Amino acid sequence: MTGAPRPYTLIAELTYRCPLGCAYCSNPLELAQAANELSTEDWARVFAEAAALGILQLNLTGGEPLVRGDLEALVGAARARDLYVNLITSGIPADADRLRRLAAAGLDSLQLSVQDVDPEGAAWIAGRADAEAKLATAAAVREIGLPLTLNVVLHRGNIARVPELVELAERLGAIRLELANTQSLGWALVNRDALLPSAGEIERARQDAAAARERLRGRMEILFVRPDYHAERPRACMDGWARRYLLVAPDGVALPCHQARSIKTLTWENVRDRPLAAIWEDGPGFQAFRGEAWMPEPCRSCDERAADFGGCRCQAFALLGDAAATDPACALSPHHDLVVQARSRAQTAVHHAPLRLRRFRPAS
Amino acid sequence: MIHLDTRVCLARHARLRDDPRTGKPILLAPERGLELNPTGARIARLCGEERPVADIVERLVGESDGSAGRAQIEVEVLAFLRALEERGLLVARQTPS
Repeated sequence: MTGAPRPYTLIAELTYRCPLGCAYCSNPLELAQAANELSTEDWARVFAEAAALGILQLNLTGGEPLVRGDLEALVGAARARDLYVNLITSGIPADADRLRRLAAAGLDSLQLSVQDVDPEGAAWIAGRADAEAKLATAAAVREIGLPLTLNVVLHRGNIARVPELVELAERLGAIRLELANTQSLGWALVNRDALLPSAGEIERARQDAAAARERLRGRMEILFVRPDYHAERPRACMDGWARRYLLVAPDGVALPCHQARSIKTLTWENVRDRPLAAIWEDGPGFQAFRGEAWMPEPCRSCDERAADFGGCRCQAFALLGDAAATDPACALSPHHDLVVQARSRAQTAVHHAPLRLRRFRPAS
Repeated sequence: MIHLDTRVCLARHARLRDDPRTGKPILLAPERGLELNPTGARIARLCGEERPVADIVERLVGESDGSAGRAQIEVEVLAFLRALEERGLLVARQTPS
């Protein structure tokens, strides 16, 4: 046993197939094929190995996990290991019967993504608007009695509508509302200049969320995550690299976060080849940025290093080509000007500017 | 606010289990877990079905080794239940007066 920390949450990306094309998606495009996805048996083994590692929470996500025909079996396999099973879904395609089967299989909670309360806004960001289908899914979730969270990714196109989003969450009987600003990684970095809100827009949204949190205390939990481009210190990304979270991609590659695969200087292992515990404990990608030994200055001697863990490695790689560099979101980074410039462009940017959507192309 | 005559029950999304690593009881909810001490776990188990807070206090007094008096147990139970409610882990229903 090495000194690896204990993971608490497994993020299982069951597929990258998805009916939506959200312009801030964290999934890579080139992997959106069913052929290479882990089988039902593979996932059941991964869940068993995860539980043995001490993992308690399981997030079933994607892509869109509902496109997997074996989702009920996967929920059942996870509950057999006593994992707390969260399904993170766009709600499309879902019907009440399917949701009932998932609940019967032991699903603990369902998180429904809502792109916008405005259909035009939803179509702008996701390539399609599914308001009615989503409302039907939410109504079915409530009728079945499954705990409902609404997940909203905030960006310039919808950030002014936090009060309406709160109202929607109340109407749908949600117990949680996640208002998480887009972080400029993956497709969101491609579309950064169209998505990043201004400082004033973020502050107003934060205040709206805080007022709703106070009003709904004990009835609905409201989370608000600001974009790191508008903070002076970096995000404590994933609560630290390979510290609490473990992610398995559809093809079986194990990663510490959604974006880590984009760091081309690291090597990753597959759960088809090596036990999950071994990968977690001494896989080279997992070990790369654990602890503080990798940190350059100004992180190495910074008082905040135990709080923010040096920020986001994927962001450092995306912006600087060096995953070990200080996160440019930090005002102390020598490259913070990259973020400041993007921020100033956001002050004057056009609303509903054209986006590059993440379109799923079926394998040919 | 939760009082002795409030009826309480764990929220449907809160699931109590033992942490296999530490052996300690843990209350799981979407994307979080709350480690409980033995008394907290006993109260949470009693909240597995809806009952008045007074009933929980009564049971804990009955099970107590005498080191804590009724008044102290009452204060602790109310504080614990209010903390659970604040986190959205408890459904509280005021009985009609």
